[in-house]
Amino acid sequence: MARIPVQFTLNGQEKAEFIESGATLLNVLRDRMGDTSPKGGCQQGTCGACSVIIDGELRLSCLTLAETCEGATIETAGGLANGSELHPIQQAIVDGFATQCGFCAPGMVMAIKVLLDAKPAPSREDVVEAISGNVCRCTGYEPIIQAVLSVSRSNSQQAV
Amino acid sequence: MALELQTFSSSAEASAALRGGGKSYLGGGSLVVRAVNEGDVRITGYVRSTDKALTSIATDGGRARLGASVTMAQVVGCEALSELAPAAKLIGGPAVRNVATVGGNLFARSPFGDFTVALLALGATVHFTDGEMDIDAFLAARETVTDERGIVVAVSFDIPPSGRFRFLKISRVKPKGVAVLTIAAAIGTDAKGTISEARIALGCMSDRPIRAEAAEKALVGSELSESGIAGAVDVIGEGTAPITDPIASSWYRAEVLPVHFRRLMLD
Ligand SMILES: Cc1cc2nc3c(=O)[nH]c(=O)nc-3n(C[C@H](O)[C@H](O)[C@H](O)COP(=O)(O)OP(=O)(O)OC[C@H]3O[C@@H](n4cnc5c(N)ncnc54)[C@H](O)[C@@H]3O)c2cc1C
Ligand code: FES
Ligand code: FES
Repeated sequence: MARIPVQFTLNGQEKAEFIESGATLLNVLRDRMGDTSPKGGCQQGTCGACSVIIDGELRLSCLTLAETCEGATIETAGGLANGSELHPIQQAIVDGFATQCGFCAPGMVMAIKVLLDAKPAPSREDVVEAISGNVCRCTGYEPIIQAVLSVSRSNSQQAV
Repeated sequence: MALELQTFSSSAEASAALRGGGKSYLGGGSLVVRAVNEGDVRITGYVRSTDKALTSIATDGGRARLGASVTMAQVVGCEALSELAPAAKLIGGPAVRNVATVGGNLFARSPFGDFTVALLALGATVHFTDGEMDIDAFLAARETVTDERGIVVAVSFDIPPSGRFRFLKISRVKPKGVAVLTIAAAIGTDAKGTISEARIALGCMSDRPIRAEAAEKALVGSELSESGIAGAVDVIGEGTAPITDPIASSWYRAEVLPVHFRRLMLD
């Protein structure tokens, strides 16, 4: 099959690649662009491990065809840290022991980022809703919810 | 293996490209790409249309027209559609709602199709590239209708006045759970509180959303009270063949349907 060109911004960097038509964004990110932060869990839209942010919206990269992202701005967990300094969401997850095997974490942090970008001081209910498409088999979710609420508390302290 | 995606700026061109079989129209892709990822070899390629009209919502004169590519997230965010927001909000998690389209939901097999259950209760009209159909006729013919009429371009319906429309989705996992069953009802009452019109739609009670016609008949002329709805509760399961899946057995769904229907009516 002929390859087709696709261009988008990935974590602030312009990317251009020739890809197979119909390839999923998950496969293109991982196999062609070297960003292995989105994880392929189920490839069925059920686990959320492949979650990325496309033009500000939470999306499942396993169900998104890469060529539909032409010209888009894509953010993944791989672009969150600033050098060795973790993003506040990542730091809160580490501090709150809110990750164990870590497989869900790259998707989970993107779901949390979308929430906190829109609502820096969410309620517990907002947090549960925001991560409802992300499965975690290790933590039982409570440490994750607490980690998000702790970021939100420090957001409100900074705003004072 | 990846499948070729053909993109067209008009829905007429996309409809033409689909003729001949094998290729699947790509709405949000939450069911089609999932099927391909799972190895569904019946799908040989994707076709989509980027026609702007497909993503627009119009609400004029009490009637709503939703383009087929309008997503559940768009419905939730539209103030004029606040009566329908509870139905759209219960579809998948946030990432699914950002892509799950109204058009794709019309074709979803049970246990999916929650939004279509709502549209069926509202007596929606389905618009194609070529012509339109009422939703009952569409659902009966949905496997073949797009070959004849092209892709779905929109759905339209009268926006229900506050209090007329009721919706209930029962799932085991909250907030994001696949339906055990879904019930939507549009109930009109006269000045005395007697039910003058009733359309009831059920999800998971067949392979696609269906009407509960016996219960609708039993409701008309009654009151929305325990005794008034008793006859409808008795026949709510008539004509149903609930699905069995990992969420619940057909037997379980049949057993709990009258319980949830009664609750929805008396709520
Ligand atoms: C994790 C997860 C959870 C889900 N939860 C729910 C849920 O709770 N409730 C629910 O109802 N659904 C659920 N779904 C299923 C699905 O997301 C929705 O039914 C959605 O509305 C389907 O829309 P889509 O645009 O993604 O469909 P697509 O996958 O793009 O298409 C589905 C089918 O419809 C056809 N089609 C799409 N648009 C058109 C059109 N305009 N004209 C003609 N044919 C068309 C396609 O060819 C295909 O056959 C879930 C899916 C996932 C992955
Ligand atoms: S890999 Fe995409 S949702 Fe599981
Ligand atoms: S930490 Fe293991 S799945 Fe979440």
